[in-house]
Amino acid sequence: MSASVTAERKPSRFATAAWRERAEEALLPPLVALLVALICGDLLILSYGQSPLEVYSLLIEGTWGNAYGFGQVLYKATTLTFTGLAVSFGLRAGLFNIGGESQLAAGGFAAALAGLALPGTTPLILALPLCIIAAGAAGGLVGAVPAILKTRFGAHEVIVTIMLNFIVLAFLNWMIAEHLHVPETLHTPEIRAGALPRLADMFPAFHGSAANLAMIVVLAVAIAVWFYLFRTSGGYGLRAVGLQPDAAEYGGISVGRVWLKALTVSGVIAGMGGINYVLGYKHYYEDGFAAGAGFLGIAVALVGRSNPFGVIIAAFFFATLSQGGLAIHAFVPKQMMDVLQAVVILAVAMSVPEVRRVLRGSRRRSDA
Amino acid sequence: MSGGPVRTTSAIRMEGIDKYFGPIAANRGASLDVAPGEIHALVGENGAGKSTLMRILGGLMKPDAGRVEIQGRDVTGWSTNEAIAAGIGIVHQHFMLVPTLTVAENLVLGSEPTRNGVLDYARAAASVQSLSAETGLKVDPARKVADLSVGEAQRVEILKVLFRGAKILVLDEPTAVLSPPEVRELWTVLRGLRDKGDTIVLITHRLDEVVDLSDTITVMRAGTTVARIRTAETTPAEIAKAMVGREVSLSAGKRVAPSAAVESRSNRGLEVRNLAIRGSRGNRVVDGVSFAVRPGEILGIAGVEGNGQTELIEGLAGLREVAEGQILIDAVDITSKRVDERHDEGLSHIPEDRLRRGLILEYSIADNLILGLGKTFTRNYVIEQQAVLTNAGEQISSFDIRPPDAALAARALSGGNQQKVVIAREMSRGFSVLLASQPTRGVDVGAIEFIHQRLLEARAAGKAILLVSAELNEVLALSDRIAVMYRGKFAVVMPASEASEEVLGEYMIGTKKGAA
Repeated sequence: MSASVTAERKPSRFATAAWRERAEEALLPPLVALLVALICGDLLILSYGQSPLEVYSLLIEGTWGNAYGFGQVLYKATTLTFTGLAVSFGLRAGLFNIGGESQLAAGGFAAALAGLALPGTTPLILALPLCIIAAGAAGGLVGAVPAILKTRFGAHEVIVTIMLNFIVLAFLNWMIAEHLHVPETLHTPEIRAGALPRLADMFPAFHGSAANLAMIVVLAVAIAVWFYLFRTSGGYGLRAVGLQPDAAEYGGISVGRVWLKALTVSGVIAGMGGINYVLGYKHYYEDGFAAGAGFLGIAVALVGRSNPFGVIIAAFFFATLSQGGLAIHAFVPKQMMDVLQAVVILAVAMSVPEVRRVLRGSRRRSDA
Repeated sequence: MSGGPVRTTSAIRMEGIDKYFGPIAANRGASLDVAPGEIHALVGENGAGKSTLMRILGGLMKPDAGRVEIQGRDVTGWSTNEAIAAGIGIVHQHFMLVPTLTVAENLVLGSEPTRNGVLDYARAAASVQSLSAETGLKVDPARKVADLSVGEAQRVEILKVLFRGAKILVLDEPTAVLSPPEVRELWTVLRGLRDKGDTIVLITHRLDEVVDLSDTITVMRAGTTVARIRTAETTPAEIAKAMVGREVSLSAGKRVAPSAAVESRSNRGLEVRNLAIRGSRGNRVVDGVSFAVRPGEILGIAGVEGNGQTELIEGLAGLREVAEGQILIDAVDITSKRVDERHDEGLSHIPEDRLRRGLILEYSIADNLILGLGKTFTRNYVIEQQAVLTNAGEQISSFDIRPPDAALAARALSGGNQQKVVIAREMSRGFSVLLASQPTRGVDVGAIEFIHQRLLEARAAGKAILLVSAELNEVLALSDRIAVMYRGKFAVVMPASEASEEVLGEYMIGTKKGAA
């Protein structure tokens, strides 16, 4: 066989094509979704008799335009990154974890319990890891249930995680309402240890915003998830199972074990998200604090294409919409932002393969 | 060489056909000219654009450029319904029948004869019967399709298009799933149809069939038509050269005598004792099979597909539960070991379905080359990128994988190159036993030659190889001994020197039974 020695110089050209394709695949759907959302937003704003330009500039002003608004975006993006990473981790293994909402709540609850149980004198360097571990363990526990039911009995994880949301949230509600609440409220007493410094403590301009150092934690988690998925043998196997379980099995990867791991770790990550509110913001657990951030994590994961760094960007995007809704409330109802969110999610869900096909077709024709 | 100007109006005339899928050209200036009443073979490597051209003919796709004429009428860009109405009938490679319905019901589907709004079954059966008698396509109209053999199901497919009045038949790889006697029967039927005046286009990449049956041959390469030849004026070697664009040895290197390396009395290699495997419906699809493959030996398994070969290989590879029996590699019992443990014991496996099992299509070539080899390329659970890329570079050049880009997704490769990735990987692990299941399926002539060479090299290096193939030629050319699998059992095991297509064929369809 004529194994060509010159082969070594050739790859660069192909490599560029491969990279361009990969970048296209990662970036196009979210960008198209954003464009569609902007157009819909324009129409909606016009229907209220307002100027889109003015409303959008107000939106930017109220979010990225001042320290408080930006701090709120940071805070919201932190929780959404946790839940988005959690959903992504499952998706990479081909599993849909819809249980982020209850895993997030369970994590927050466990973090608060740990913070309450530790003596007030515990240094942060010790209290923080303990609280994070408690949060992760609680989320992982909730995530392990569908994992075990799926691998042992073949129960579909979507059904189990949805149903588990009700059970876990009801259980937490009962724990708070019956046992742990401060009278007249639905929250626990303030934690004694593990409270994270807020950004405002260091930069007074952020005064009043909830942004806190949990975002450092989530950044570390995002990097860890990326490293695990793309640089370790475990991540190689996990993605293989997500793409082609039959081929993974053929390659000696235990599909069941990967499922177990993926759903459990997904729960751990979502659970850790609880620290943002409990350790960083309120310093207590309050019933219903998750407020849909677990569910929105699904959208974040989809828009972020299940890539940890894409997830961060998507989390900022959704956090901006959510915070921006408050800023423009005087001109158009803040529910408009919910509509835009929905448009983005729908557009991403629809555009994934189709957009690429259309664009490639047109490029070919212009080349020819 | 060329067919020259055709006096009569062509049955099919396609000219300057372009069809792009994104940046990839499936057809580029392709042409086809089929005279009425002939059997016309359309040949070419995988990905040469044959199927796309036929989809355009059948109205399933519209060409980006070019012109399609049927009997002199311009029909470019027509719909499937128009194509059917004009008498084009395409028999697909994969059967499109409803298994729970009878033959007659399948045939009349879409144009059911009714009486008072109810299916007139008697009339349907009668018209099927008469068509069947007329064409020689024998099949019982009252039987359920699910109960038919593959050959019978194919007859029903052909009947179905004839029933709709097809005068121009296109058959896509019709013999891929047939045993030799069934192939001969099909040839008789096709010749009969031609003599009746029907026009037949036969897509295939088996050159013996082309020479056997066709009147004219169109050869495609890389999306375009490179030759149109009268069959009487050519040879298989010439056709192969046109297909591949270079000289090809067709004989799979008819082997150098039985290998002296076979250690017949050793207990090394693969040994299988009384193996039984259950199918999805609980039946014993592998029913008490015992054999051994010794180092330096190739044991070929022939058989019509669906007689337990797939399950046998999956059982040996650890992908399917074994009901009874034992599997040993180099005298170590691996019956209850996991896939990765079997790898460690020296098992390597080229799976029959590379798209489903053998490759992770979204992974790069480099990543696919380490599937199941994780331990070699990781340190403390972290994949050593540099080692992976070095390995990819080596395999790409020694297996001539094209394009030579380690970062390219496996999905983007042609079938032959995908298979080279699989084979490169399976040969790069330290192994003593190789399961090679349909190693050249859907692979073009050039790559087949290459793969055969590699298998023979492995044999010479003292590996024990179990070869399963639907291609009798391949089994005959490569094996030291040949077993025929029929209904889950080995109908016979014989030295390759005593085997021939005729002998194996009879065991394959069960007309002859021997002591295994």
